[in-house]
Amino acid sequence: MDSPLQSLPLFTVGPAPIMASVVVTWAIMAVLVLGAAMLTRRLSQVPSKAQAVAELLVATVDSQIRNVTGAAPAPYRALIGTLFLFILIANWSSLIPGVTPPTATMETPAALAAIVFLSIIFFGIRGGGLGGFLRGFARPNPVMIPLNMLESITRSFSMFVRLFGNVMSGVFVIAIVGSLAALLVPIPLMVLDLLTGAVQAYIFAVLSMVFITSAVEKGRPQPKKES
Amino acid sequence: MDYIPLISIFCAAFAVSFGALGPALAEGRAVAAAMEAIARQPEAANTISRTLFVGLAMIETTAIYCLVIALLLLFANPMMP
Repeated sequence: MDSPLQSLPLFTVGPAPIMASVVVTWAIMAVLVLGAAMLTRRLSQVPSKAQAVAELLVATVDSQIRNVTGAAPAPYRALIGTLFLFILIANWSSLIPGVTPPTATMETPAALAAIVFLSIIFFGIRGGGLGGFLRGFARPNPVMIPLNMLESITRSFSMFVRLFGNVMSGVFVIAIVGSLAALLVPIPLMVLDLLTGAVQAYIFAVLSMVFITSAVEKGRPQPKKES
Repeated sequence: MDYIPLISIFCAAFAVSFGALGPALAEGRAVAAAMEAIARQPEAANTISRTLFVGLAMIETTAIYCLVIALLLLFANPMMP
């Protein structure tokens, strides 16, 4: 059985080996970009069915962001919404026969977690300035500086391992069960996989929102405690 | 005798079994508490279930860590020649 921890190159372009997950990722990106372009090309005051669905999606993402941060969702909508949609479609792409979801290989979740790690720094600096962001590490007191720095790395790492582990274990279990009894037996597991994929996409988006918010909040000047 | 594969497989099973035990108990307690909270305050169900999902993901991560360690032992064992 193939190791789930390493991915094999599908073909090579010049010196660069191209993995199957890269091809699937580009296909998902094309679907997302083309879908968004076609949906937003003809926007009207009285929405068509497709536009109503898109508006519902955006409104849901907005309300979730507002619930988590308590602030206006506009600066975070693009990042969080894209993360959610990409991970959701990537997780559900296992429904297409022969396609391994790119989130089930190590590279894609690692890249997504790296994006979140960098955007935490970006939004933290934009929220409180460089000084405020750095001072946020010294909260609640300077003894915590090493722990806070360690935490900022480990929480991104745990997002990576969580997404990778969940999706990969689902794919792995389906492969094992499919090799034992291929007909109809893996279907309940695939349904469970759909649920897990949706929950993991939601959790990835919410957690990145929570971490960005905490970085922004820590950067703000703290109000004096009254007591 | 080459005993490293034997020990690796045994330890992988050990890691997964005990790594599943703790998070299962913890998730059970978390869900039970959330159920109780929703029964008391049905109007706060949205907030509670969102917090529950995030918390469950946090708890589940420990089990996933154990799974990854088990897979490392089985497929990418550094001790294996």
